[in-house]
This record gives sequence, C-alpha cells and structure tokens, in this order.
Amino acid sequence: MEFEAVIGLEVHVQLKTESKIFCSCSTQFGAPPNTHTCPVCLGMPGVLPVLNKKAVEYAMKMALATNCNINQTNVFARKHYFYPDLPKGYQISQYELPLAEDGWIEVETEAGKRRIRINRIHMEDDAGKLIHDELRPVSYVDLNRTGTPLIEIVSEPDIRTPEEAASYLKKIRQLVRYLKISDGNMEEGSLRCDANISLRPRGRKELGTKAELKNMNSFRHVQKALEYEIRRQSALLLDGTKIIQETRLYDASKGVTHSMRGKEEAHDYRYFPDPDLVPIKIDDTWLEQVRKSLPELPDAKMGRFMEEYGLPEYDAKVLTNSIELADYFEQAVRLYPKAKKVSNWIMVELLKLTKKDDHDLSKCNVTPQVLAELLSLIDKGTISNKIAKKVLEEVFEKGGSPSQIVEREGLAQVSDQSELSAIVEQVVQDNPKEVEKYRAGKKKVMGFFVGQVMRKTKGKANPQMVNELLRKLLDEN
Amino acid sequence: MAHITVEEVEHVAQLARLRFSKDELEEFTNQLDAILRFVGKLESLDTEGVEPTYRAIEIVNCFREDVVKPSLPIEEVTANAPESEEGAFVVPRII
Ligand SMILES: [Zn+2]
Repeated sequence: MEFEAVIGLEVHVQLKTESKIFCSCSTQFGAPPNTHTCPVCLGMPGVLPVLNKKAVEYAMKMALATNCNINQTNVFARKHYFYPDLPKGYQISQYELPLAEDGWIEVETEAGKRRIRINRIHMEDDAGKLIHDELRPVSYVDLNRTGTPLIEIVSEPDIRTPEEAASYLKKIRQLVRYLKISDGNMEEGSLRCDANISLRPRGRKELGTKAELKNMNSFRHVQKALEYEIRRQSALLLDGTKIIQETRLYDASKGVTHSMRGKEEAHDYRYFPDPDLVPIKIDDTWLEQVRKSLPELPDAKMGRFMEEYGLPEYDAKVLTNSIELADYFEQAVRLYPKAKKVSNWIMVELLKLTKKDDHDLSKCNVTPQVLAELLSLIDKGTISNKIAKKVLEEVFEKGGSPSQIVEREGLAQVSDQSELSAIVEQVVQDNPKEVEKYRAGKKKVMGFFVGQVMRKTKGKANPQMVNELLRKLLDEN
Repeated sequence: MAHITVEEVEHVAQLARLRFSKDELEEFTNQLDAILRFVGKLESLDTEGVEPTYRAIEIVNCFREDVVKPSLPIEEVTANAPESEEGAFVVPRII
C-alpha cells in the first residue's frame, strides 16, 4: 500500500522589536540572567501589561505578506499551563479572535509551484529559558526572553512531503527577513517549527492519526524528522498497528523521534479572554498605512527583475533570495547597466567568495561601486576577465579600489602593438621545432605559443591581439 | 445547575500541580460546589442577546511605543527567590 503524508506546520517567529510585547524591558539577546526583567514580565501579582504597538504592526505586515484576512477586532487570551519558564502561569496568546486568518503562500516544490494555505497568524509572548544543572537535580531560570513578542503562523495540513515542508519554512524565513520583522534564524531560535504529520493511503480523503513533532532546530532537522516519521508510521500501519496521537521529540544525534509519553498530559489550557488587555481594533486607515509600508515582496521582485532587466528566471531567483542581495544588484546595475553581466559576476564570482548561504553583502569590501568599476575596466580593455577575477578577490580580501590595484600591481593588459609584436617574434624564434609542427599542419600548437607569450607577460597580454599577431607571423611563410 | 465532582477537582488540582489528601479533596469539592451553585444563580436570568462582558471598561487599542526603559535591579528581581545563583532562579529540576 502506498501512503501519502499529510503535514501541517506551526511556526513561531520572534519579532525584532526593541522592547518586549507587554513591558518596556529590552529584548536584547545575551544579557546576564534576569537583568532584562520587571514586575510585568516576572509575572508579579497586580501588574498590568501594555501592548507594544510595533509588535502589532510587525504581525500585521506578515499577515499581509501571506495574503491573510486581518480581523478588524482581535483579542488576547490566556493559555494556562505550569512550567518554571512561565512565571505568570499562563501565556498571553490569541485564541478565538486571532490577528489574521485564511492566508496562503506559494512554495517551490518538485512538482512546480504549490499554494500552501495558512490557517491563522496570532500574537503571543515568549517563555523564559531553563538551563539544567549537570550535577545537582536543579534548573536555572532566566526570564530575559520572557515576554519577547512572537507570532505563530499555523499552516493548513496542505504539505505533502518533507521537501515541501522545508520549502515552506524557507519561504516564511525569506518573508520575515524581507519585512525586517525577525532574524528568522532557526539555529538561534528566532524561528521555531513544530510539525503535525499523519499518513493515509494515497487517494483517501480521511485523515489518519497524527503525531506532533518538536525539537527541530534547523531546516535539515525538520526534513529529517519528517522523513523518519513517515518511515515509522508506514511501518506501523503496514503492520496493522494503531498510531497513537502524541508529541514526539526529534533526536538530532540519532536522527529519530521519541515519544514524550505523558509528559504534558492532556492539552487542557483553559483558555479565556485576558481581562487585562483591551481588544485591538484595526481600521482601514491603519491597515492601509501598514500595507503601504510593505517592501516589494520576493515573488514580485523576481518577476520585475526578469521583466525590467531581461534576466533569466534562475538569475532573478538567486538575486531576489534576500532583499540585501537584490538591492546590491540594483545599485550595481544603476552604475553599470549591463544587467546580465552584473548578474553573472555576482552569482558566479562574488557569491563564491562569500560564505555559503550568507548572501549578505552589506559588509563586503566589494561594494556595488567596486563591481561597476571593475566591469568598466574590462570593457575598456584595461584588464582581461581573468585578471578582473584576481582583482575582485583582492578587493574582497583586503579592500581598495580596482583601478588602484591594477595600477599598483601593474596588472593592466598589454595591448601595445609593438611591445607585443616583439614578444611574439621572440617566442617564435625561440621555438623552431614548434613552428615546424605548426606549419606541418598541427594547428593545436597555437595554444603552446599563446601560453609562452602569456608567461612572458605574466598573463597580461591582450589575448585577442596575441592570437592575431601569432597567426600572422606563423602563417606568413 | 452547576455541580462539581471529586474527579474534576482532582483534575484541576493536577493541572495546578497540587496534591491533596482524600479528606482535603472532599472538603474542597464541597466548598467549590457551594460556590458554583451560588454563582449558578446567574443562570436563572434571561441573557438572550446580551454580549458577554470580558472587561470592565469599553476602550480599545491601548498601546505603548516600542521604547526600552530600565528593568528592575537584579537584587530586587531575586529578592523573593528562595534560591538564586548568579542572577538565575534555582528551581527543582523538571524534565
Ligand atoms: Zn519586563
């Protein structure tokens, strides 16, 4: 029997506000334990939370970018559970009236583009951090993270493969980074993902019993955990064993999932509207104001790059992967308008030099100005492509301007007719045997001659002129 | 009419990480039951078409700007903690 996986993802995104969602403590990472806390985020009795307006606007941005309907009135609710990292004894979240509902995003899959629906996006506050002691049976509680604004993006169970899940997550990360509302970093926890997965015989409509997967800290983990879970569940189903609905933790070192077994018992969160927080009302004026503040989003930008610059789809996709890279490209094209050439140099040469997957060129020595200058030097015939690559590497490592480096290191191409002629004649004179071979019809020897000239000029001879001069001289007699 | 069972009280106690003796459970069940019966009197009113009241005030959109203000001094943060170490609260291990 062939099974089909039904996967839904719950993604938590930490919003990059300066202060927490319900108090004025800093959200900065890495401070000594509990130094970013106050009576509100410590959960002391009698305090009142006051909502951070920017957190709401960041959440609205994501809701708009994912084609959601924003609820004109939305409210906060208390979600109760006891854990030492949650000093209030409840999380402030949204339940019945979340910020936004019914959205979708388009993701790349092996079978082409697919639309994954989004069930809802709601706001909530983050919990603190627990560090467990290695020796004593105690844990250390640090509440600096408590109250950091989060949005939770809940997908519909529209995802069918682990690859699609990774693709969906990457799209979410791309969007939050374009919107500049989060770092979107899974390893550091500013983007977190839980997955619900069940199997059903292919072609069947009813859903099977699902497992909830947690503790996946990278895109790879998500994919691996889902792959493992598909293998585990199909083996059970083929065996006629019932799947138990449960939460399972991913163990990255072994690549398997383990049952949490009763650790959190029934989900009995006893939600009720938070009486301390007044409803949020979003009128059209506010909504339009936020809509207008959205940047051009990745799909639209990619389309425009193909249209406006005549770039192939592949180039447009790579260049719009991050908003910083896209801006870099456009700045370079403004200074040097041959778009495809700029694109080639960024994709092939520059990205090769930068760290893999880190397309942030904002701190790179090779600024758009440098790249434009370098490409102009090639066009003017001052340097060859090959030398230009060397100059690029040099600027990338040490900084400086291409023309200065070319001048300082004497890298300018030798295009002087008489100078080149003399070298070519010398090379021909020094190698009578090769000349004979050439004249006997072994035209491949040409490469040898060109190589000799290049050696004598340290690669700076204008290759086109060398070829012409050699041919003239060798074909003479 | 509201009526609460011993099992429900036990469940709620468990959610709150509280453990009671059999006698205590019985006592609390009786007390909670009395409270619920009293509040249950409200159910005799006709509330057809009346929106639930969640808050005592009728305002919306109460915001603060995204500005950082000083947090509590760490001595005050840990002042009530039975045990703390280098600013962190120390609690029995829960995994
Ligand atoms: Zn605080």
